[in-house]
Amino acid sequence: MSFLGFPRPDGQVGIRNHIGIISTVICANDVSLKIAQQIEGSVAFLHDQGCCQTPIDLNQVTKTLVNLGRNPNLAGVLLVSLGCESVLLEEIREKIAVSGKPVKTLGIQKIGGMLLAIAEGCRITQEMVIEASVIRRETFDDSYLSIGVKCGASDTTSGLISNPAAGAAFDLICDHGGTCVFGETTEFLGAEHILMRRAANPRIAEKIQKIVTRMEKRAEMMGVDMRGGQPTTGNIKGGLTTIEEKSLGAIVKGGTRPIKDVYEYGDQITEKGLFVMDSPGREPEFLTGIAATGVQLIIFSTGIGAPQGFPFVPVLKISGNPQTQRCLAGHIDKVIELPEKGTDSLAKAGQDLFEEIKAIASGKKTKAEVLGYGQFSNIFTVGPVI
Amino acid sequence: MIKRKIIIINPKDNVATALVDLKAGEVLQEEIDGVKKEIKLNQDIPFGHKFSTKEIPAGSPVIKYGETIGTASMAIKIGDYVHIHNVKSNRGRGDIKGGVL
Repeated sequence: MSFLGFPRPDGQVGIRNHIGIISTVICANDVSLKIAQQIEGSVAFLHDQGCCQTPIDLNQVTKTLVNLGRNPNLAGVLLVSLGCESVLLEEIREKIAVSGKPVKTLGIQKIGGMLLAIAEGCRITQEMVIEASVIRRETFDDSYLSIGVKCGASDTTSGLISNPAAGAAFDLICDHGGTCVFGETTEFLGAEHILMRRAANPRIAEKIQKIVTRMEKRAEMMGVDMRGGQPTTGNIKGGLTTIEEKSLGAIVKGGTRPIKDVYEYGDQITEKGLFVMDSPGREPEFLTGIAATGVQLIIFSTGIGAPQGFPFVPVLKISGNPQTQRCLAGHIDKVIELPEKGTDSLAKAGQDLFEEIKAIASGKKTKAEVLGYGQFSNIFTVGPVI
Repeated sequence: MIKRKIIIINPKDNVATALVDLKAGEVLQEEIDGVKKEIKLNQDIPFGHKFSTKEIPAGSPVIKYGETIGTASMAIKIGDYVHIHNVKSNRGRGDIKGGVL
């Protein structure tokens, strides 16, 4: 039982071999995007953060950028900076370089503006892509798999069909010694008692309670009923009535194995087993956070049909909604069918999904990758823009 | 393709989920609390939406997956469409838990 991946100097295994063009700040996005559009084999990570924020958020942005850079799907990184932003380019470069992969930097103000930055960025990236192209895929056993899961544009089929299938695949990956990460803390509300029972020890159970309380307080602080925001208007149209109902259907995507720890948003996870990352449910922020943990692939369970991927972590779309399977066939990688009897007989679907994960890990492309859907991401922050 | 018309996930549940679009007046046969019962739908139930399989008095929990998903905001009869018009959430309620705004 194995897959074909790219070995990295820090012992991690990538399933893609991209050069990441990472903006340190929103103001560098236009340059990063142009470089990535020009140089085949490179991908841009764009976001709205990096300046005029409180220290809590600046630390979160720095940590997230560092850990994105360390993701094993990137063979090398070019950091694109404006030059006057709050986050520190050199700090980010040094911390990514700890992984042993090549990391280069580019300053737009320093080099003399956009056109010169694009030209120099393309020159650097071209060399890095050629250097990376000699790295060959090797055989690794399944314990090297590190997989995330997300559900989005959920309807009732998510909780009934596609989330349990994702959970069954998660159980298999854990049982093969791999790493699995789930999150979306908002969608623990009303189901946290079940997750707390699955915590590896009382300290972890307490952490789960803490992140749920913190997330609920944020919603309560606004003095409104969260419904409409969570569950979303689309969730409600799809038959989900309350956040509790959405949560009870959502948590099954994390499978049934013990939860070994709870990590903060943007943390890197190097342990094996099942983990929770504290995170919001919205796609651009969630996908970034889970990519920063170091996962190679993200299973994305959708009811109504969420199309987006992520720049350098393949996003495998699964759906149990027959209408979505038909209408959004160009976005759904794998159809999950409800067995004729019982809801817990999704074990076969889980096994099929596990095989598909290994096929994609070994090089098969996802629909979002081929479409290039997923160019726009963001980093989760909690404070104001100042 | 889903062939079943409805699903009751846990025997404790007091709602069922429609796996196809169901019409008002349609009669479904289901085993509820170990007894074969007929449920006549009082409204149309769209695919993926819920209807009640038991009487749910106002203020009582609405149960799916064997867990509470909310509270009935009015009395819900057997066969009624169950959604945001008759179920309120107990969580994320800044409007009733003293928000700051």
